[in-house]
Amino acid sequence: MKEIVVISGKGGTGKTSLTAALASAAVKKYRVVFADCDVDASDLHLLFNPDVKETHDFYSGHVARIDQKKCISYGTGTVCKDLCRFEAISYSDAAGMVIDETSCEGCGVCVRFCPAHGIEFPDRYCGQWFVSDTRFGPLVHAALDIGAENSGKLVTTVRTAAKKIAQSGPDGSGPESDYLIVDGSPGTGCPVIASITGCDAVVVVTEPTLSGLHDLERVASLARHFSVPVHVCVNKFDINAEQTRSIIEWCSRNSIPVLGTIPWDRSVTAAQIQGLSIQEYAQKHGAASVADAVNTIWENLCQLTQ
Amino acid sequence: MKIAFSASGDTLDAQLDARFGRAAKILIVDSDTDEFVIVDNTQNLNAAQGAGIQSAQHVVSAGAGALVSGHTGPKAFKVLSAAGVEIYLSSAATVRDALEAWKKGELQKIDNADVEGHWI
Amino acid sequence: MKIAVASGKGGTGKTNVSVSLALSVSDPVVLLDCDVEEPNSSIFLGDTTGRQTETVTVPVPVLDESKCTACGECGRFCEFNAIVCVGTSVMVFPELCHSCGGCIRVCPHGALHEEESPVGELSFCTISAGTGSNRALILVEGVLTIGKAMSPPVIRAVKRKGSALAGTLSSENARDVLTIMDSPPGTSCPMTTTVSDADVVILVTEPTPFGLHDLDLAVQTVRKMKLPFGVVINRSDSGDDRVREYCKKESIPLLLEIPEDRRIAEGYSSGIPLVQAAPEYREQFARLARDAAYLAGVVNDGRKHA
Repeated sequence: MKEIVVISGKGGTGKTSLTAALASAAVKKYRVVFADCDVDASDLHLLFNPDVKETHDFYSGHVARIDQKKCISYGTGTVCKDLCRFEAISYSDAAGMVIDETSCEGCGVCVRFCPAHGIEFPDRYCGQWFVSDTRFGPLVHAALDIGAENSGKLVTTVRTAAKKIAQSGPDGSGPESDYLIVDGSPGTGCPVIASITGCDAVVVVTEPTLSGLHDLERVASLARHFSVPVHVCVNKFDINAEQTRSIIEWCSRNSIPVLGTIPWDRSVTAAQIQGLSIQEYAQKHGAASVADAVNTIWENLCQLTQ
Repeated sequence: MKIAFSASGDTLDAQLDARFGRAAKILIVDSDTDEFVIVDNTQNLNAAQGAGIQSAQHVVSAGAGALVSGHTGPKAFKVLSAAGVEIYLSSAATVRDALEAWKKGELQKIDNADVEGHWI
Repeated sequence: MKIAVASGKGGTGKTNVSVSLALSVSDPVVLLDCDVEEPNSSIFLGDTTGRQTETVTVPVPVLDESKCTACGECGRFCEFNAIVCVGTSVMVFPELCHSCGGCIRVCPHGALHEEESPVGELSFCTISAGTGSNRALILVEGVLTIGKAMSPPVIRAVKRKGSALAGTLSSENARDVLTIMDSPPGTSCPMTTTVSDADVVILVTEPTPFGLHDLDLAVQTVRKMKLPFGVVINRSDSGDDRVREYCKKESIPLLLEIPEDRRIAEGYSSGIPLVQAAPEYREQFARLARDAAYLAGVVNDGRKHA
């Protein structure tokens, strides 16, 4: 079983659309499991149309809450506020001492040092994750609560659950899948790191813009930092041939395989609007150039990850 | 000697969990008697990060002299080494198989973390 | 006044909108690039090579072994497993530390103190932006070091620098200076840290299912944070009407629609901002700034009304 993670560095390069397109290409020959690890703004389900089979609440860390009945401060002598490093505590005559849960990092300092022992420290509910059936195969996905911290723990939870299914089937006794394909998130921080460590291959989806190249350099460096093999594909390559060339040359200088290029085409958005992968849309409406490009990318990726 | 195994279940026939930090259970086995205690590794896993560190602390507090797991990341490795716990890698399917391999001296002892850390 | 430009989805045009706003107003402007994982604003502002740089650090605990008794208080307190007591030694994992300062306080023997540990860099420069007198544009960009996971400390450093530099632009307490904050994508800690002190948030979206889904998450986030906001639809004719209908249904001000335009796309790919590739938009962006100020409840002299 090989785990492939699709990331982008820069947002909006077409990562999620490509993940769905790779799914279409892959399931023609292989058994595949999927994970949507872009838990902050997860969109893959809009193309996969999941039938949710399991729902799990997700807790991570703690959040501090002031018990107004125990609070002895009237805006002065505010030990908690003075100690809070995250500007999460404020006082108003109307509400008293209040902790803003979005800013609270759950460090526990105010809880420990409140002279009235008036601060509670419950587990922090952060959202939910799901195991679903889809037309492509099992999908593990999540919905992070508004303003919740995204340390990477939910990403890891989703990835671990997906890996388990990929290794031993949905009920633990099933066959091993050939691939686990993960839709990652933009950026280079905790959630991306949690998505890529230990995988077999990273596919970076980039676009031929200066921003795209700049962000590709950073995310490729991140993958190298974590010893994960990098591959690139250039989406919307024909909007700027010169930039596409720069990217391909950069990849070559850095020994990074380019799996392929995908032309810009209205059909990608049209497919998204209909909730279809690029290939499914192409089957119904033509516009085969994008579908063919993705199929080639998948074949190249297969060969390189054998 | 007491040996810790990262496990997916509660008995010696449970699967050896390849990842130490996120294993459901840690079995502490007395290598002379094959008797064991179960440490629930999920208890403290509410922490957003540093799971391997917590698991390593469980191993140390249980008085184990060695850990057998599929992989050990750099933070867990640091903690275990500081406490003098020997670390062995095994790709055996079950805890029992891994225990037998350890007794026969077949397992590879590692001097460094064998995988990169996960951010968590 | 502070305007934050955010989105749910990546790649909707936040940076292009932020830069275009900065170039279209007649007030002095401080532009903060808070997308510290993948900062791109500088690409669109010409020659910014003369920037001054500062290292961004966070305080992490350092042990004085002579005072340590290995009592374990620090390890028991830490919510993040960043400090651990094992046997007779205390180990610190600075990469997990949230810099809450708690362990230093709970140590009964004063064996811990804080030292600064680098996590990123900020850079800043003044760019002459042309139009109108009293016209200055200061850029502050933050970048998170590759392999470091937490953006918020770098984002906070960018904002502090921005406030300090805004003070140098105006003699009246920086009130008539416009601060524009280019936010990271998503709705978790990096975005909420960026927008938390904004007077108004401009949410940039695209008229696609992903755009709509992620816009709704962003709307819920800014509503939870009680921030006034409006929407800009980029590539407004490239998808369907659901985003417009959503804004109508939710009574969300639709501030600007930018149709798909090859000049803008090509300009973007080569580092040319929207209002230079399509100069007729300058007036619309100047109006966008005025409309945003109105939403924020800010009148001409920088004071809020009511």
